[in-house]
Amino acid sequence: MYNKRSGFLTFMVTAGLAFLYIPMILLVIYSFNKSKLVPVWGGWSTRWYSVLFQSEDVWEAVSLSLKIAVVNATFATILGTLAGLAMVRFGRFRGRTLFGGMLVAPLVMPEVITGLSLLVLFISLNQIIGWPAERGFTTITIAHITFSLAYVAVIIQARLTGMGETLEEAALDLGAKPFRVLTDITVPRLAPGMVAGWLLAFTLSLDDLVIASFVTGPGANTLPILIFSRIRLGLRPDINALATIIILFVAICVAIAALIMYQQQKRIERDEQIANQEVL
Amino acid sequence: MAGEPTASETPWLDQDAKPFICIKGVTKKFGEFIAVNNVDLDIYQGELFCLLGGSGCGKTTLLRMLAGFETPTSGQILIDGIDMSNVPPYERPTNMMFQSYALFPHMTVEKNVAFGLKQDKVPNDEITDRVHDILKLVELQDFKKRKPQQLSGGQRQRVALARALVKEPKLLLLDEPLAALDKKLREQTQFELANIQEQVGITFVVVTHDQEEAMTLSSRIAVMDKGQFMQTGTPTEIYEFPESRFVADFIGSANIVEGKITEDNADHVRVSTDLGEIYIDHGQSTKEGSRVWVAIRPEKVHLSKKPPSKKGPNQAEGMVDDIGYLGNTSIYKIRLKNDRIIDVTAPNQIRPKSRTHQITWEDKVYLGWDASSAMLLKK
Ligand SMILES: Nc1ncnc2c1ncn2[C@@H]1O[C@H](COP(=O)(O)OP(=O)(O)OP(=O)(O)O)[C@@H](O)[C@H]1O
Ligand SMILES: [Mg+2]
Repeated sequence: MYNKRSGFLTFMVTAGLAFLYIPMILLVIYSFNKSKLVPVWGGWSTRWYSVLFQSEDVWEAVSLSLKIAVVNATFATILGTLAGLAMVRFGRFRGRTLFGGMLVAPLVMPEVITGLSLLVLFISLNQIIGWPAERGFTTITIAHITFSLAYVAVIIQARLTGMGETLEEAALDLGAKPFRVLTDITVPRLAPGMVAGWLLAFTLSLDDLVIASFVTGPGANTLPILIFSRIRLGLRPDINALATIIILFVAICVAIAALIMYQQQKRIERDEQIANQEVL
Repeated sequence: MAGEPTASETPWLDQDAKPFICIKGVTKKFGEFIAVNNVDLDIYQGELFCLLGGSGCGKTTLLRMLAGFETPTSGQILIDGIDMSNVPPYERPTNMMFQSYALFPHMTVEKNVAFGLKQDKVPNDEITDRVHDILKLVELQDFKKRKPQQLSGGQRQRVALARALVKEPKLLLLDEPLAALDKKLREQTQFELANIQEQVGITFVVVTHDQEEAMTLSSRIAVMDKGQFMQTGTPTEIYEFPESRFVADFIGSANIVEGKITEDNADHVRVSTDLGEIYIDHGQSTKEGSRVWVAIRPEKVHLSKKPPSKKGPNQAEGMVDDIGYLGNTSIYKIRLKNDRIIDVTAPNQIRPKSRTHQITWEDKVYLGWDASSAMLLKK
């Protein structure tokens, strides 16, 4: 009976994984297709990679996306951390509940609404004060910060709540002024949460197609916008090559993250071992 | 050190002594819940004062008000003559050792201890010296490069103590400093703590729910219940002269019986109880016929298989119901005729094997106690 069930389980897991990964594998294989028509196999070749490396608009999109992602992640982390601190550490202030609700609203708001409302904002701002003169890097970055900071704030809030206030109290008790407590105790302890928040904001920004499409202007294409607009004219082998490179990039990032986590786990275990040895 | 205590050792008896900490009518409410209820207390320079009480009675809350983490709902706290109402924690002359130690996990032992000195802008080489000295005092000089996670519970506790001591505060607040230690280590550390307090000579306020710890450590004890002080006094006063049933029962154990005063003179009192007549050799200003309680400590009751030579007060007889062997002493549960159980403890001076007059289960025994042993309680 157990065997039957585990057989069923194995089947389900295999099917699920296959469903997830076969398309990606196909994508990778087709990126090496010699033929210009994607569904027709014409033998192995790397010609689409060289096409890709020569197309300037792809590189522009990549660099625009990365720039937006980095600036967005940095600002979102700073603002999100401050928002989280305000929610957890400043006690009760007027409008705290409203502030908390507004902080997480972008997490549940449909992206088209966020995108549309931001577009309306930018257009009316342009008419009233003449800024932003044209939509592109600045507008996309601002739009991304508005929703990424909500994710960061949630991560930071969870971590702060879990940490408790005793260490901050201990620092105050030892004579540290509140600002020193923030820089010397709270922020170092929040660092892992802030790194996680930064990475999340970075990926969210790289991923985003909908909001960026709303608030971008002529000539400013992020990578997702570029890929999507090309695909609309039909499947293209050079886009397959681009996607393959992105998959490789993500895989490397995940591997590095796993390695770091593994080493942290090792360090914690070692610390505990040392402490236990002393007791004996 | 022998002989009569001098006035400086018992400043609370000295009319002219100026208290170091003055707690005046302090109340702390959390919403409608009263955690500390109208407490008055004076603590003097150099004391090791214990706050003793059951879980949730408001000990930590009182300590946190001294440290400045909670503001009293009403009342006033003076430290060294200065009103603390508007003084934030980082400007108070106090340091606290937290119940959970609260060591900074991202700093080494050395950095943890140096943290407080850095805030005071002490020059670097002086910091190094003072950290070195204090770590030597708590015997942790070999561990200064370790992180707190790499230390055992007892070592962490000593780091926390060093960190609070190194700033040489006028007042050190300790919240259950030894709760995380095992019994043996705890006893050893109790003496160390008392030693350190003598060496550095600063005022300690220690919170504990362990009465033995309070008895060993302190110059004076305040027994707390439900946010109020039940009694304040030296360990001997609290143990030998409790003022209420709560204190008599909380500190050590006691057989408590209810009774009526039948005779009340300047030098003695007679109380009629279901333990028979009890004669107490000191006066009490109570009305005859009023309801009182008498407490007798188990170790102050004598136990004998022979009937007393002459009948009188302070006597009872019963059967051995149960015996608990505790190693150095045994505890006997004696059932009287009216089914009341009286606890008696007696030292085990003789090894059981060689005992001739050994008392065992179901034996008929006679109880007796001195006229000075029974304690009269009015509430
Ligand atoms: N921040 C708070 N909000 C509401 N109630 C609180 C708060 N802090 C403490 N209390 C309540 O006040 C009472 C006294 O708490 P306190 O921490 O002073 O107890 P304690 O004597 O230190 O007990 P323990 O020995 O368990 O540490 C408890 O009933 C507790 O629930
Ligand atoms: Mg407590």
